[in-house]
Amino acid sequence: MMRFSTLIKNPADWMTGGQAEHGAVLTSRIRLARNLRRHPFPGWAKREQRALALLLMRPSVESLSVMKDAFSQELSDLSSVQKQVLVERHLVSREHAARGEGSAVVIERRQSFSFMLNEEDHLRMQAIRPGLQLGSAYEALTALDSELEATLEFAFDPTLGYLTTCPTNLGTGLRASVMLHLPGLVLSDQIGQVLQAVGKIGLAVRGLYGEGTESLGHLYQISNQSSLGESEETIIRRLERVIGQVAQHEQNAREKLVEDDPEMVADKIGRAYGVLRHSHIIDSKEALNHLSLLRLGGMLGFFPADTIILCDTLLMDIQPAHLQLHAARKLSPEERDAIRAQIVRTRLQNLKSSDNSTPSADGPPSSPESANPTDES
Amino acid sequence: MKCDFCDTKASVFLTQLVEGQTKKVSLCEKCAQERGVTDPTGFSLADLLLGGITGELAGGQASGAGGSNKACSACGFTLEDLRRVRRFGCAECYTAFREEISPMLRGMHKGASHVGKVPEGLMALQFKHQRLQDLRSRLEQAVASENYEEAAGIRDEIHSLNETEGLKIVS
Repeated sequence: MMRFSTLIKNPADWMTGGQAEHGAVLTSRIRLARNLRRHPFPGWAKREQRALALLLMRPSVESLSVMKDAFSQELSDLSSVQKQVLVERHLVSREHAARGEGSAVVIERRQSFSFMLNEEDHLRMQAIRPGLQLGSAYEALTALDSELEATLEFAFDPTLGYLTTCPTNLGTGLRASVMLHLPGLVLSDQIGQVLQAVGKIGLAVRGLYGEGTESLGHLYQISNQSSLGESEETIIRRLERVIGQVAQHEQNAREKLVEDDPEMVADKIGRAYGVLRHSHIIDSKEALNHLSLLRLGGMLGFFPADTIILCDTLLMDIQPAHLQLHAARKLSPEERDAIRAQIVRTRLQNLKSSDNSTPSADGPPSSPESANPTDES
Repeated sequence: MKCDFCDTKASVFLTQLVEGQTKKVSLCEKCAQERGVTDPTGFSLADLLLGGITGELAGGQASGAGGSNKACSACGFTLEDLRRVRRFGCAECYTAFREEISPMLRGMHKGASHVGKVPEGLMALQFKHQRLQDLRSRLEQAVASENYEEAAGIRDEIHSLNETEGLKIVS
């Protein structure tokens, strides 16, 4: 079986593939909720009943073909830092991380599939893909769900669909969500309007780490709220259409910002780079917000295109638990801020021709075909 | 107009957009205050619709005078538990509390009945169920019209269908 260190060593491909839809869409996630028939839901089950459900489900999940050599662990066998790392990687929910004995997680080697056993529901399965790929993520996950049906009997009602612990997940048990990076809409003060419009058509908007988290680094998650009364395809198609529109708004906002006030844009991105490149103490909020602007710089051509990948990787690596895993010990918040600054400084050092391509009027960007709004020559 | 929660005259009228649909609620002063409608921050009609049931549940119990707190026969989960955690105890609870569920789902989802994926085994089972029903009604008709030869054929078909794939249908 795979070790935790091996699983976490490399970033997953979905963490660095967010160039789709003008770089506005980072990841697509699909989650399906399933429960066993004739077994009480995990939150209501007695300890032995929960253990029995786990005993039934775990071999089925582990023997899925994609789960060959997967990481499979009971939550009680993971340290709090390890659990937190999984949360930061979106492989385990915050609620699940709080669980111990009787709950488990099975994660595919490439971190593209993650199954939570005895979460709020008996089974919460997830597929993550880079960019806007809800459809293909669903196809892959529903195939695994069908594979499980051969050995597990899921609770299903012809009228209410898949039966879930919380009625908000009834029907398809589907939650499709997309992580978006929307600095253009934030800088141009249009974000409120856009998100309100999204909310009006029954979609939920959240910050980086789901329910109740504030939006950091201009990152937003948009997902469906209703899971009953519409097919999976309908839910996904609508979400993809809306995300496409939001990404287009973002792109328009960026173009307009550069056209209307190139100095302001260049100044913001340049200052963000300056702080990241030279600070020695930085908390995650400040780092995320500056990384967001640096990422924008990469998309606008102020910095080479691989800046986007660099930022996406850092986004994960500067999170508190990732820092502690990196340092191999528990860190105080002050220590974390220092190590975070150090990691960011080092990584930016490797940013190709970064010094020449800072958004100032004295140098063209490194990439000849990229647009350079500050090119006044 | 009367209050949606008690029979007093309503004085607070609320309109909110839930899932693109306009939902209206009328309340009396007292109920509005109890449900936090007068607090302009963070109030949501969805909560009220959900809260509405919990109110009814609590009321029902009070009037039952220490009596029947409905429970799921499979797992022992009670209405009281449902009111407290707004989650269910097991799949059977959805049958036990069927009446309470439909008002709960209002405003929560786009529809009231499932459209989409059905477990494959279940689909086969449903198909078989349908086929059996068809055969049985044909059998009745055949017997009624004294067409015993056809009836015998149908009977054999029913027998063979019942023996397939171990998918037993209890009828």
